[in-house]
Amino acid sequence: MQRKLVVSSSPHLRNEGVSTRRLMLDVIIALLPTAVASVWFFGGAALNLLLVAVITAVAAEYFYQKLTKQKTTVSDLSAVVTGMLLAFNLPASAPWWIAAIGSVIAIVLVKQMFGGMGQNFMNPALIARTILMLSWASLMAANVLPHAGQWVAAAGADAVASATPLGENPASYSLWQLFSGNIPGMLGETCKLTLILGGIYLLVRGVIDWRIPAAFIGTAFVLFWIYYGTLYSVESGSANVLYQLLSGGLLLGAFFMATDYVTSPVSPWGRVIMGVGCASVLFVIRVYNPSYPEGCSFAILFMNVLTPLIDKLTVPKPFGYVKPAKPGKGA
Amino acid sequence: MSEKKNLRKIFMNGILDENPTFRMVLGMCPTLAISTAVNQGIGMGLATTFVLVFSNLVISLLRNIIPEKVRIPSFVVVIATFVTIVDQLMKAFVPALSQSLGVYIPLIVVNCIIFARAESYAFKQPPMASLVDGLGMGAGFTLALILLSSVRELLGSGTLMGAQVMPASYHPMAIIIRPPGGFIMLGLLLLVVNAAVKAMQKHKASRAKEESV
Repeated sequence: MQRKLVVSSSPHLRNEGVSTRRLMLDVIIALLPTAVASVWFFGGAALNLLLVAVITAVAAEYFYQKLTKQKTTVSDLSAVVTGMLLAFNLPASAPWWIAAIGSVIAIVLVKQMFGGMGQNFMNPALIARTILMLSWASLMAANVLPHAGQWVAAAGADAVASATPLGENPASYSLWQLFSGNIPGMLGETCKLTLILGGIYLLVRGVIDWRIPAAFIGTAFVLFWIYYGTLYSVESGSANVLYQLLSGGLLLGAFFMATDYVTSPVSPWGRVIMGVGCASVLFVIRVYNPSYPEGCSFAILFMNVLTPLIDKLTVPKPFGYVKPAKPGKGA
Repeated sequence: MSEKKNLRKIFMNGILDENPTFRMVLGMCPTLAISTAVNQGIGMGLATTFVLVFSNLVISLLRNIIPEKVRIPSFVVVIATFVTIVDQLMKAFVPALSQSLGVYIPLIVVNCIIFARAESYAFKQPPMASLVDGLGMGAGFTLALILLSSVRELLGSGTLMGAQVMPASYHPMAIIIRPPGGFIMLGLLLLVVNAAVKAMQKHKASRAKEESV
């Protein structure tokens, strides 16, 4: 009896078949197409960053747990997911050591120091990205033009600087370019096709709940529609709904970052609030803040901090619960 | 002889066992705000030490005259006097440093290290011990500030005391000299220092045990 009443942090195990390892494996499978797409568009540099980030993340977790004499939990694959997500948030032009430092920050500073798996109150990969952004803004600028399929071309030779889709003077990209990922940007956020495929896989497998991505994308859609008034037109440049939805880290964030078990609400309505909140903060940062053209990571981190409060606010009503009558009323 | 030893113990208490920054975690506002460069750390540490020493001395001298009920306002008057002196002195002799420390010099008035020492030490102890306590606490605070600000300046700007130290290929990690970096580095330093102190105490204890056996 004692053992059955252990209170553990999410993800909660429903049965023996579902383990952290299985869930993380599903996330990795969902992320793989995007990883392949990033290597296709940005060449060897992308592969390099992905490998460095993943290997450093796993090594950091292993050595920290050895150092602090904890049970090593590297085999649950969560460090691999963190490493991949971090690499997805780097531009192809970033030097390898940025990926390494970012992984160490994500695993040691954000995850392990707060108690390891299930204890961190913010998304490790996003904090690492934010710290890297604030530290080396010029090295983190996502302005490398993709060179689809050219394996040999190193990043240095043909790294043509160009305006990012959400920069101050947004360059014009066609919807298909935005959707397929043939645009400058962070490794994992350019190819919307594979991101959506991965997201659908996770939804079908039941790994993530539909409420957060649906509320996130839906709210962003409505807000940008109200603000710009046009669904899509070539002349309006970036000032239309579809352009905004398909640029920046919105889809990556909605499917893979905001849905992180540890840092998102548990209750159904809490998840809706999480999605709506993420989209609203993102909208405010994109539209009203000139110094940061993209605010997806800040939006999700902001809602991460609010997660305990949201959970407290949206405790589900137990079946058969009757609200106690207010004292003094009717008496 | 024993009195000298006692004073030394009081002095070292401020640097190690009750270090205001690393052990008592007091005076965090100036610590986080000005530790972006080593010269600021030294300046802040010395200014605070000056105020600590003299406010401890004066409060200890007046401890039998000040009524218990109005001791806090009295402390404020004494401390504010010395802060004003140090503020004016710095403006006159080190204007550049005074400018870069800005509002944090007048804010020494509300530094909780000084209040804590006045309330818990100087108000109950004789003048000589209080003066040494102020000196020890000030030294502990200054050393902590120097440690934190050298790490932050080295990593955040690649310099020490304004001189280029890191190789030119080093990309300074800008967040370290910004507020969030201050919190992160302070936390990490607390971890390192406390782990070191713990290891030291363990070592001492095991040696004492060996000797007794």
